[in-house]
Amino acid sequence: MMRTFPIGGVHPSDNKKWSSNSAIEQMDLPDVVNVPLSQHIGAPATPKVAKGDKVRVGDLIAEATGFMSANIHAPVSGTVTAVDMQPNGQGLRQMMITIRREGDEWAEGIDRSDTIVENCELTSREIIDRIKAAGIVGMGGATFPTHVKLSIPDGKHAEALIINGVECEPYLTSDYRTMLERGRELIIGTKILMRAVNVGKAYIGVESNKPDAIKHLRSLLDGTEGISVVKLKTKYPQGGEKQLIAAVLGLRVPPPPALPIDVGAVVCNASTAVAVYEAVQKNKPLVERVVTVTGKHMREPKNLLARFGTPVEALVAKCGGLPEGDVRVLNGGPMMGRPLVNLGMPVMKGCSGIVVMSGADALRGRESACIKCAKCVEACPMGLEPYLLSKLSRRKDWESVERGDVVSCIECGSCQYTCPANIPLLDYIRLGKQTVMGIIRTRNAKK
Amino acid sequence: MANRFFVSPSPHVHGEMSTVRIMSDVIIALLPALVVSIRVFGWGALLVTAVSVVSCVLFEFLIQKFIVRGPLTVNNLSAAVTGMLLAFNLPVNIPLWIVVIGALFAIGVVKMPFGGIGKNLFNPAIAGRVFLLIAYPVQMTSFPSPTIEGYVDAYSGATPLAAAKAGAVDFSNYDVPGMLAGAIPGSFGEIATLALLLGGAYLLIRRVITWHIPVAVLGTMAVFAVIVSLCRCEGYAMLYQYPLFHLLAGGAVLGAVYMATDYTTSPMTHAGMLIYGVGIGAITMLIRLWGQYPEGMSFAILIMNSVVPLINKYVKPSRFGAR
Repeated sequence: MMRTFPIGGVHPSDNKKWSSNSAIEQMDLPDVVNVPLSQHIGAPATPKVAKGDKVRVGDLIAEATGFMSANIHAPVSGTVTAVDMQPNGQGLRQMMITIRREGDEWAEGIDRSDTIVENCELTSREIIDRIKAAGIVGMGGATFPTHVKLSIPDGKHAEALIINGVECEPYLTSDYRTMLERGRELIIGTKILMRAVNVGKAYIGVESNKPDAIKHLRSLLDGTEGISVVKLKTKYPQGGEKQLIAAVLGLRVPPPPALPIDVGAVVCNASTAVAVYEAVQKNKPLVERVVTVTGKHMREPKNLLARFGTPVEALVAKCGGLPEGDVRVLNGGPMMGRPLVNLGMPVMKGCSGIVVMSGADALRGRESACIKCAKCVEACPMGLEPYLLSKLSRRKDWESVERGDVVSCIECGSCQYTCPANIPLLDYIRLGKQTVMGIIRTRNAKK
Repeated sequence: MANRFFVSPSPHVHGEMSTVRIMSDVIIALLPALVVSIRVFGWGALLVTAVSVVSCVLFEFLIQKFIVRGPLTVNNLSAAVTGMLLAFNLPVNIPLWIVVIGALFAIGVVKMPFGGIGKNLFNPAIAGRVFLLIAYPVQMTSFPSPTIEGYVDAYSGATPLAAAKAGAVDFSNYDVPGMLAGAIPGSFGEIATLALLLGGAYLLIRRVITWHIPVAVLGTMAVFAVIVSLCRCEGYAMLYQYPLFHLLAGGAVLGAVYMATDYTTSPMTHAGMLIYGVGIGAITMLIRLWGQYPEGMSFAILIMNSVVPLINKYVKPSRFGAR
């Protein structure tokens, strides 16, 4: 029996075949980059450069604002031309540093060679400091600052590290290619992370739809103490942190405000582990990532290693341009990704893929009456009642929405995916969740 | 090249499930039983089904167009399913005008006044059937004998359950293969147990229904029968013969697999479904053994329908990680 998470889940067609066989390819360096100061959860970074400054690749251009934030480094060398508000992928303006590229000159002390550096004798504190300095955040999409995750609060104790190689989002293959092509670095990164949180056990969770990644990592691991690859039954949303912990360790993280560390688990994405390797062993800050650019009607889907700040437009052009007609361009996968209103958005730390849906796939189906089929309840991996939460949110009955445990919702979209009546369940549940969280904050502030 | 960009919150993909697909699957699942009924009772079975389906669809259409004046939803096939299930609960020789009245009651009284699909409290087909049973008891309980080669009619016009009620069944020696194949008197859609089970398997495979309600209903009936048999000290053989009789006779399978699983009138959680199913099974057996009527499935489903809102209120799914 392959392991998986205990309740709910759906089986969307994975559509990974479009890009899964394309090896990671270096994206051309853009002439101009826009680097947002907020590429992570938490406070936006504070700019350290001004208009006219010269920067090299890897220079710190914005510093973490407090603990819950992350450093940002220059992804290209050149001249800073603006530190200003620019429209992002949702069409909203946010602070970005604009750099006009001149050549490709890297900061000193960064080891860009392919030599693998195995040994790491650093202490936990030193490792976490290097990770913090390199500006590493969760690269699966949640962009939670990695140094915060690794700093175990007093009184808590980590038991096991889980490397998230699940990539349960359909279409995306950036983690998959990384596992295949950067497997050795991933394993060293895993060992470093184990040192950082002082655990003797690590599990690399990979779904059964990626048999070559499982085989490859197992052959690399051959005999390595403490690290094992766990083959998981393919089911969405297995990459959700709580679902993955349940699948691998059999432990259930209690509802918020409890965190994975409360059951002794620390989860890191596979690409993040590679970034950790590069930061700690090669002194290389996070300035680029693998982005899957794919879609059924894309001419040449690819996995591109792109510097941050590269406009999505350039990536899409590299893959043959947008198909004709109606499109829906997603930052991320089709289950949880965010739709873009234009292609000007720069590649950011959490951008694992650009998925282009076209034609009829770009549109939403028409909603009809709820037939009480209970499929949403069956699909919910958190044991909630989506039909009810959605209905109550529509009625603005926030008290009942809160009693229905809406804050536990992980917004995975399984309910809406499975709904035969095509009801936009998650739209309303999200509204309810945000409203209820606001109500809770106000209530706690009054106390 | 001007692209139109479409924007809406996630998720951006949708599964294959749709109301129409579900309703079509139910219709497909009912077809084998219809074929057996036509073979056993002749083309009358098809005629009654056709009249019932057409009436249900027509009444829903007319009510939506002229009274509710909302968007037409009759093309989602739910009225057709109601029509089929209502027909399956009728004797084959029933006057057709009674069928039309049953359809009018099911759609016009039980379904549409509550808001149509997804909002009715009671199962329309069953409520229609019970209404006809009370209004036209004679026509609703005269069943023609089946004609099926190789099987002897052991019940002479009375349904096995009616015969059992009259004390005319030898439980140690009844015709199991005949009952499975449909060679018994009864409502024409309930007799073909094997064909109904086949359709049920199809519904399970297509994920239209889950096992919870059918297993709870039939399991409870079987356990109930075993306990009764134990209390009566009738010997070992009866411990399987008696429950088997109750599962094969009457509307047990039709009710458990097709009627009790109606989405709108059954609970939303697996635990709730089990409670609901156990309730139906127990009430059915109580009526069959000690009630006025020989068959209690319809009443049991209606009674448990009325409890569903209460079940939904108190039986919640177990929240992930809750202590």
